[in-house]
Amino acid sequence: MSLLTVEGLGKSYTADKQILKNINFEIKAGEFVSIIGPSGAGKSTMLRCINRMVEFNEGNILFNQQDVGSLNKKGLRKLRTNIGMVFQHYNLVPRLTVIENVLHGRFGYKTTFQGLLGRYTEEEKERAFYLLEKLGIHEHAYKRCDQLSGGQQQRVGICRALIQEPKLVLCDEPIASLDPNSSKIIMDHLKSISTEMGITCLVNLHQVEVAQHYSDRIIGLNNGEIVFNGTAYELTQEKINHIYGTKTKDLIIA
Amino acid sequence: MNEKTMRKHRWQSGIFLLILIVLTYLSSAITTFNFMEGMATIPEAMGWIFSNLLVSQESFEKLPKILEKLAETIFMSIAATTIAAVVSLFLGVLGSNTTKVNNFLSVFARFIASVSRNIPVVAWSLILLISFGQNSVTGFLALFAGTVGFLTRAFIESIDEASQSSVEALTATGATYFQIVGKAVIPQCLPQMISWVLFMVETNIRNATLVGILTGTGIGYTFDMYYKMLNYNVVALITLCIVITVIIVDLISNYVRKVIL
Amino acid sequence: MEATYIKRKKDGRIHIMSGNKGDIVLKWTIIILAILTVVAFLFFNYAGLELGSAIRETAYNLKVMFLEPTLNHFDLGEAFYQIGITLGLAFLATIIGAVIAFFLSLMTAANLAPVWVSRTVRVFVAIIRAVPTVLWVLIFAIAAGLGSEAAILGMLFHSIAYLVKAFSEAFEEVDKGIFEALRSTGANWWHIVKSGVLPSTFTYLLSWTFLRFEINFGVAVAMGAAAGAGGIGFELFMASSFYFDLREVGFITYSILIIAFLLEVISTRLKKRYFPATTTK
Ligand SMILES: Nc1ncnc2c1ncn2[C@@H]1O[C@H](COP(=O)(O)OP(=O)(O)OP(=O)(O)O)[C@@H](O)[C@H]1O
Ligand SMILES: [Mg+2]
Repeated sequence: MSLLTVEGLGKSYTADKQILKNINFEIKAGEFVSIIGPSGAGKSTMLRCINRMVEFNEGNILFNQQDVGSLNKKGLRKLRTNIGMVFQHYNLVPRLTVIENVLHGRFGYKTTFQGLLGRYTEEEKERAFYLLEKLGIHEHAYKRCDQLSGGQQQRVGICRALIQEPKLVLCDEPIASLDPNSSKIIMDHLKSISTEMGITCLVNLHQVEVAQHYSDRIIGLNNGEIVFNGTAYELTQEKINHIYGTKTKDLIIA
Repeated sequence: MNEKTMRKHRWQSGIFLLILIVLTYLSSAITTFNFMEGMATIPEAMGWIFSNLLVSQESFEKLPKILEKLAETIFMSIAATTIAAVVSLFLGVLGSNTTKVNNFLSVFARFIASVSRNIPVVAWSLILLISFGQNSVTGFLALFAGTVGFLTRAFIESIDEASQSSVEALTATGATYFQIVGKAVIPQCLPQMISWVLFMVETNIRNATLVGILTGTGIGYTFDMYYKMLNYNVVALITLCIVITVIIVDLISNYVRKVIL
Repeated sequence: MEATYIKRKKDGRIHIMSGNKGDIVLKWTIIILAILTVVAFLFFNYAGLELGSAIRETAYNLKVMFLEPTLNHFDLGEAFYQIGITLGLAFLATIIGAVIAFFLSLMTAANLAPVWVSRTVRVFVAIIRAVPTVLWVLIFAIAAGLGSEAAILGMLFHSIAYLVKAFSEAFEEVDKGIFEALRSTGANWWHIVKSGVLPSTFTYLLSWTFLRFEINFGVAVAMGAAAGAGGIGFELFMASSFYFDLREVGFITYSILIIAFLLEVISTRLKKRYFPATTTK
């Protein structure tokens, strides 16, 4: 059954340039899907349309049978609690502790006041520690986030997304600022999220090999249009060239 | 740098220097300031200060009274700064591009801050004095009015600097506006803001002397009184007390700043 | 088995704060400021204050001031002249202060002066800064006689203190390489300053000087009102405390506001252009 359906999605920031054009795809629950494409293709924009961090102009997005475009403020908040998000630059609050940052993921479930006063239940805190331990950074729970390495910070970001108990996690280039070793750790964790916890993952990636290695399915985006949608095996060199435009061929291989 | 740009450069510097000299001359003329005479009075004035502005034995009798007024001034400055900081926090959040609710309120907040900052503290003092009379509240309000403008501008800058990225992340979790401001923005800028508040406390203690002279409150009033009575020994003692206070406040806030930033 | 990395309170609830020194000091700073503020309101001298009527009257006064500004005791030409005096006082204090501060900051910058000289100047500057400007002006007024000299000398002190701090920090940021390169050519100290330090910091120094001029305009208004230094500040004082003429107070306030506003716009531009990342003090 499909968790996410995107139909005829279109987006433009300014009148003269269409960033996304007639995007159609479906994602099944528990799938691990990567989106690849050249810089400026509109990957980040597309991801942000799904939880309406960016308002789209045309088309429909159905999440869990719910029309995302027509949600009011309260409905939108509810939607966002069901969708976790992981960012390239981790987007943590640098001066707060790791554990506080993880617990920020619970705000969607709280009233404004509970959130402001930092009223978290013991179950939530236990859960936060459980997740930190699962991602192997429990020792750092009381450190300030800016004292952690990039890879560790990204794991905190993942914990923050997971504590939301989301059905879907959107990742915008989660490994673009990391070294190969940390990248592998992060990707392994993301993969296990989808296989073990059954959470659907939609990941923007720049590295084709990484996408091929981890994904159930790959979507190729070029200039605001989907030019490829299939499994890693179907992604031939010719298709890659098509996604990135032929001129960059040598770059990708290198 | 080639010959031509160098010559142009020198030419510009020359013009600039000339303008400065003309302005200096005009300023001296309009204020009837005589540079030579002015400089010549410095040694004389210093001599006068070291021979007359001395703390004497009997001036110490006035110490309890002075300390009482000094305490009033310090409390007045702290209260004005703290209350202004609370107001500025709201204005700063409304005014900053990161956290603004809408453009109208943002411009409104910046406008209020700009007016309050650019009307000099003396004007506030004199205006308030007319109806509030000679008491601490007048001084408090005058300091408050100037401080709101200054702190709002500083807070807007701090909030603008705080990363937009954690705001984005919290929005994506479904957090409300106030949760985002309270838990992502303020924790990031709080140390910077407190640093500004401490700076303002120190500035306000100095300004309070000025406000006090005009509104007849606190240590400024005491200073003015003995100054007009030509009792320079007490004047010296008051000055000394103010210097010590400001230096202590400065040392404390430097320490706090070092630890929190 | 309970995990040891979880910190718990006595009642078994889990801690989430880090409890590091910075956070604790921050928290206590806020608490202490809040307590002192409450105490302040308890100890205020409320003599002769009727809050209700005072607020109503002030609101009315502000309305009169800002909606019906006029000049009654002097004409527009005179107003311009008085503003000119205030600007002149500010300008002289700034320009003389900048020249003196330039030499003093050469003796303060850690990379240009021996440690003991730099320390001495710093302590000296800190003490000067601690005395409010108005006291400097009043003290000079008795020592040197009233007049623009006292006002300018008094304002000079704080200008110097402010600019020495700004200038010496600018000097300290000059690239070490420049010094070494110049020294290796056998250049002397003055030569290093002239061809190494000045060119790379000159625009900074100018911007800071202008920022101080903006501040000094406000100070000059204040000195006119509180220390008899003349200018528009003195007229403000006369209008409000002597003639009780709110319309004139309004007019004067507007004129000060306009000048201050113009100066602020210029200095904001300068700040954005020459030091985008720093905030001024
Ligand atoms: N807030 C915005 N306002 C206007 N234009 C924008 C905005 N955000 C993105 N764009 C434009 O939209 C296009 C797509 O941007 P997007 O960030 O989605 O690309 P991307 O595929 O994620 O690229 P990258 O791989 O570099 O992250 C770009 O041309 C960009 O200039
Ligand atoms: Mg992107």
